[in-house]
Amino acid sequence: MLAVARTLVERDLLLALRRKSDVFTALLFFVIVASLFPLGIGAEPNQLRAIAPGVIWVAALLSSMLSLARLFAADHADGTLEQMLLGAAPLGIVVAAKAAAHWLVSGLPLVLIAPLIALQYDLERPLHGVLALSLLLGTPVLSIIGAIGAALTLGLRGGGILLSLLVLPLYVPVLIMGAGAVEMAGAGLDPGGQLLLMGAFLVVAVAFAPLATAAALRISLE
Amino acid sequence: MTTQSIKWFWFASPATFYPLAGTLARVTGLLAAVFTLAGLYVGFFVAPTDAQQGEAYRIIYVHVPAAWMSMFIYVVMAFWAAVGFAMQTRLSAMMARSLAPTGALMTFIALWTGSLWGKPTWGTWWVWDARLTSELILLFLYFGYMALVASIDERRRADKAGALLLLVGVVNIPIIHYSVQWWNTLHQGASVSVSKGSSMAPSMLTGMLLVALGFWMYSIAVAMVRVRCEIRENE
Repeated sequence: MLAVARTLVERDLLLALRRKSDVFTALLFFVIVASLFPLGIGAEPNQLRAIAPGVIWVAALLSSMLSLARLFAADHADGTLEQMLLGAAPLGIVVAAKAAAHWLVSGLPLVLIAPLIALQYDLERPLHGVLALSLLLGTPVLSIIGAIGAALTLGLRGGGILLSLLVLPLYVPVLIMGAGAVEMAGAGLDPGGQLLLMGAFLVVAVAFAPLATAAALRISLE
Repeated sequence: MTTQSIKWFWFASPATFYPLAGTLARVTGLLAAVFTLAGLYVGFFVAPTDAQQGEAYRIIYVHVPAAWMSMFIYVVMAFWAAVGFAMQTRLSAMMARSLAPTGALMTFIALWTGSLWGKPTWGTWWVWDARLTSELILLFLYFGYMALVASIDERRRADKAGALLLLVGVVNIPIIHYSVQWWNTLHQGASVSVSKGSSMAPSMLTGMLLVALGFWMYSIAVAMVRVRCEIRENE
């Protein structure tokens, strides 16, 4: 089972490496959205510092969501997905592996580049670590929960915009805890509570969301 | 055992449910009018004026029942979704579909009347209070369900996808609710608290419960009418 998962992750990563532009557009989107806020709100450093955690998290949410539509689309188009459905490997594992690959391609780069954005927003140095840690715990949840929405809207017209309507309300707890952790640390308090809760979200999502995604895929490909 | 299970599923067939839905719609529709009018009468003419909020508080006779129904209907929809998954009954998906617009309407009424109440009492149309925010997200969940079901042409897939979304949503609602509550207390101490405790005059409570019953009956009546349309469309 683990071998199947590893093969799938490797395959998806290889596909992403061959089409590098897909990876970079999601990352660039994140950077651009985060850079637009100071232009719209004004470059007052105190204000920027106050909104930085929220802005960075919302940008991460949107960026992760935009790349979700591609999660199953290519495999659906060339029939690979149906073979995966028919294959011997449990669909839950297949789906979890695909979500993991999605996170490695679209979530991990955000974690790595977030400190750079934090510099733009003049966030204090110790907060960079908390921000990166919160993204590290939170972005996998976005990929895993988002996979349910991606599976449900597979092959529908206007799927992208529908996907956002389905998935964004479910992202609310992650956003609140993620941005909250950084704000807590900024206020000189211990962000441990929020980070632990995000860890709990991650564990629960990893345990249950792939089953829902598998069921959704079966419905969509019936 | 067998006879019992037959009785259970007797009305699961849309064809046999159709006349029952008609009777139910008439009875509950009538009850809805009676209860709502009685509740509003108690609320507007019998119940005393609130000592702190003046006459403006009377909007709770619409607001609180609508808010209760908005949450209750989502749970009922999720229940039908689960039944649909377990029993493979067509009727349960139709029930969920028929309830969705009423649920969204109740959520909208709760938000709308809440802001009407907030203006004279809090001095603002909208605050990011925990309850208001979770109610708003509930409205998004209703819209998401309706949009998903509406955008899938194939009936079977639409029903099943909608049911799955409802189940995912109902699991998430408590998580969303508590995280929003925590977020709110984190940002600002409870500058606005909605809690009134049990300091309510009995006639106020009676009025509110009567309207709640009326809204409940209304929801059933409207859902039954819609389910009849669904059955006509599909059978």
